[in-house]
Amino acid sequence: MKFAIVVFPGSNCDHDAHYAAEHVLGQQAELIWHKDTSLKGADVVVLPGGFAHGDYLRTGAIARFSPIMQEVRRFADGGGPVLGICNGFQVLLEAGMLPGAMLRNASLHFHCEHVYVNVEQTDTPFTIACTPGRALRIPVAHGEGNYYAEPDVLARLEKNRQVVFRYVDASGQRTAAANPNGSLNNIAGLCNERRNVVGLMPHPERACELSVGSADGLVLFESAVKAVSEGAFAISR
Amino acid sequence: MTITNELIAQHGLTLDEYQRIVDTLGREPTLTELGIFSVMWSEHCSYKSSRVHLKTLPTSGKRVLQGPGENAGAVDIGDGLAAIFKIESHNHPSFIEPYQGAATGVGGIIRDIFTMGARPIALLNSLRFGSLEDPLVRRTMTGVVAGIAGYGNSIGIPTVGGEIGFDESYTGNPLVNVFCLGTSKATEIVKAVASGAGNPVYYVGAKTGRDGIHGATMASAEFDEKSAEKRPAVQVGDPFMEKLLLEACLEVMRTDALVGIQDMGAAGLTSSSSEMGSRGGAGVEIDVSLVPQRESGMTPYEIMLSESQERMLLVAKRGREGEVERIFEKWDLHAVRIGEVTTDGRLRVKHRGEVVADIPNKALTDEAPRYRRPTAEPSYLKEAQQLDLASLGKPLAVRDVFRRLLAAPETASKRWVYRQYDHMVRTNTLVLPGMGAGVVRIKGTRRALALSVDCNGRFVYLDPFVGAQHAVAEAARNVACAGAQPIGATNCLNFGNPEKPDVMWQFVRAIEGMGAACRALDVPITGGNVSLYNETDGRAVLPTPVIGVVGLIDDADRIARRTFQTAGDAVVLLGESRAELGGSEYLKVIHGVVRGVPPAIDLAREAALQRFLVDGIAAGLIRSAHDCAEGGFAVALAECCFDTGLGVSAELSRLETIEGFADIAALFSESASRVIVSVAPGAVEDVLSRAAALNVPAVRIGTVGGSRIRISVDGRAVLDESLTDSEALWSNGLEQYFERARAIA
Repeated sequence: MKFAIVVFPGSNCDHDAHYAAEHVLGQQAELIWHKDTSLKGADVVVLPGGFAHGDYLRTGAIARFSPIMQEVRRFADGGGPVLGICNGFQVLLEAGMLPGAMLRNASLHFHCEHVYVNVEQTDTPFTIACTPGRALRIPVAHGEGNYYAEPDVLARLEKNRQVVFRYVDASGQRTAAANPNGSLNNIAGLCNERRNVVGLMPHPERACELSVGSADGLVLFESAVKAVSEGAFAISR
Repeated sequence: MTITNELIAQHGLTLDEYQRIVDTLGREPTLTELGIFSVMWSEHCSYKSSRVHLKTLPTSGKRVLQGPGENAGAVDIGDGLAAIFKIESHNHPSFIEPYQGAATGVGGIIRDIFTMGARPIALLNSLRFGSLEDPLVRRTMTGVVAGIAGYGNSIGIPTVGGEIGFDESYTGNPLVNVFCLGTSKATEIVKAVASGAGNPVYYVGAKTGRDGIHGATMASAEFDEKSAEKRPAVQVGDPFMEKLLLEACLEVMRTDALVGIQDMGAAGLTSSSSEMGSRGGAGVEIDVSLVPQRESGMTPYEIMLSESQERMLLVAKRGREGEVERIFEKWDLHAVRIGEVTTDGRLRVKHRGEVVADIPNKALTDEAPRYRRPTAEPSYLKEAQQLDLASLGKPLAVRDVFRRLLAAPETASKRWVYRQYDHMVRTNTLVLPGMGAGVVRIKGTRRALALSVDCNGRFVYLDPFVGAQHAVAEAARNVACAGAQPIGATNCLNFGNPEKPDVMWQFVRAIEGMGAACRALDVPITGGNVSLYNETDGRAVLPTPVIGVVGLIDDADRIARRTFQTAGDAVVLLGESRAELGGSEYLKVIHGVVRGVPPAIDLAREAALQRFLVDGIAAGLIRSAHDCAEGGFAVALAECCFDTGLGVSAELSRLETIEGFADIAALFSESASRVIVSVAPGAVEDVLSRAAALNVPAVRIGTVGGSRIRISVDGRAVLDESLTDSEALWSNGLEQYFERARAIA
């Protein structure tokens, strides 16, 4: 199977996602330039971390106008699995493919550190191989990861089980201290109602080998392989 | 126009230097030419006070692929690859405007690395500030850290380590030294040359504005109360533009359509055009009216001297223009042809067809003035080297000293800082910040590189010759503690006003010490930067020659960190301890003095110690290694425990010193060339015999385990502290200054 990793001019985790998919997981992976208009037959699309167009306006605000995004939207509308990591998550929010918005971190500082996230939902293409309730140790690295949504939107997200990842402490407890950025309800990642589009602030592609500190993130990519091979999230082309 | 004496002085030139310009040209210079000479002959660009001394440093070796003189140095790391690295200062702008000053410093050093054809893979920084009790200093530090983060994080290069020091002398003149490392194929290193008559000269990147004019001249003068007025001379960084330039330039370099490339850093278009021409033995003719401009009505003088950021000058091969232009278009950049290479060795600048400057390139570069400035031993030295412990009064209890040192900003955890830096992007960081030297793997090989920047300015102040040796030894020791063989170094020499004989004496003695240490430890200096005039209202900073060392690890699976690994492991102290409190953190924090002579250093012993560490870690015998630096043995031992949940018990021998200071000396003396290692109990004999074979002093002093930090001297317990409490002091020591400040705000 094939991963497509979209490259915006200011993406900087594109090579990391490519490396995780191709070298660690042993799958096919291709970098797709944001001005391209084809996903080249990919089974899974990843919007990587970075600063898509510099993000001097709002993070991800310009990226949604990149030509490839029409194709990404079409792919998602057809049921294809799309993963937005960090800036990729911000792009999905700006593109309206996931609800809500990001504010600056409550600390007002950029924050890079390993954190723990609980996988609450395993019926998405990126968590299907996860053990429910297991806390993953994955790094965050962002200045604007403070998730916000209007109260009614937030209530709907919780009711529909769209909160996929939540910040917890090492023992799996949801605490204020475990929340690195002030996100509402400790939200670290979401899915859409159809559950095929997932976004999260932590970087699973940075946690795929023990030598770099953790291999807990690999299960997200393994999930995608499982989901696609089982036809759970096949794309209706 | 008439060139008056006042105009000459405003340009930072002496009357003798002006006469030299007239003699070179055979006529009076134009205003544009005067501006060009003034920046190229500034201390910052010409190294006129330092060059004769820098020549004495060792710069060659079997691994050196590129020594000083290019954008950065390069060493061979095997597998057909080169490590390309350099350190640079951005001190003056960082005081005037901390965020942008630091950010553009990061931008500048990154450009130096990728113009060599290397992909930048790691950043480090060495920072100095005044006392954190001062709100202005906290504001400066907050801005500097945010600026480094803002630039490095956006462009996607991890900041994997660094060091921070504090001393009142840096209050009005912080030091911001930034180091960048990249890798490339050894055969594909790109040079900053212009050659081949008729080859097109391209300008690419951000438009030119009036920002930064005379930045190089600003960096070549002292600060005073009017410095804040120089704010317009600080540029504003655009990391997104630089990211585009980085990717586009690396793509152009892969085509072989490029002759040479240089970033427009200090002195902008002037230095890049004249230096590239000079290196290539060629001339460069440009028309500044073709330069993309951000503001209307800019004069040739302003265009040539602007230091707007994120701009590159490149020379392409004639006939390959289309290829080059297409790649830049892909990245939404416009490469603009502004001139061509000539045969006459001159920098000729035209403005709408009219010649406004016509100068031999060599006169601006190789033939710029050089001075052997007078030196004199500073008057403070003899007095400052006297240390009478008895005059300090009754020593504090060991426990109180220990707790205060753990919480001192210099020794405390720097987590508040490095948490703001993206230190993991590119997924190569094997040793995270705070765990020892930064270590990054080289994907596609089994190798890794370890990086460290170090300098103890107090030691250099008290004895520049010995202090500079300490700086080299400590940086090399830190990479050896990770298991890396030190293979190359870069230096950033931060000193005061070189026109003062005592400052020049510090500089010359430090260079001598640095050279001796680099030769003894076999780490050639492949490039670097000199930052002089670090003074405010006539007071110089502590002389701070920062050294960055790169070390090579053959097997990335065999690395060591500062932290103990397993309860029951044996703790071995390498090196010899003496009662050496001169220039120590103990004296500074507890007694508020910088006095005495720095610890003695035996370079042959240091070299043996480092060899032992590299071999022992590669053999899998050494499980953790951490050097004893500021705060001495006790602080280093505690740091081996932090982040592990493991305590330790250690037994030391008494050191000869005056009555009442024996325990203080045993725990907090800063004797050089000492490392705490942990080894499996079964490996102790092997480790001790290997050490003996290399003549490295090694003693088993204790065992890892428990929940306390216990130290005894000659069988008498002198310290018995809770690990949790100690770690809390260390963790909050730095952070508390900023959280407290925010609470007040």
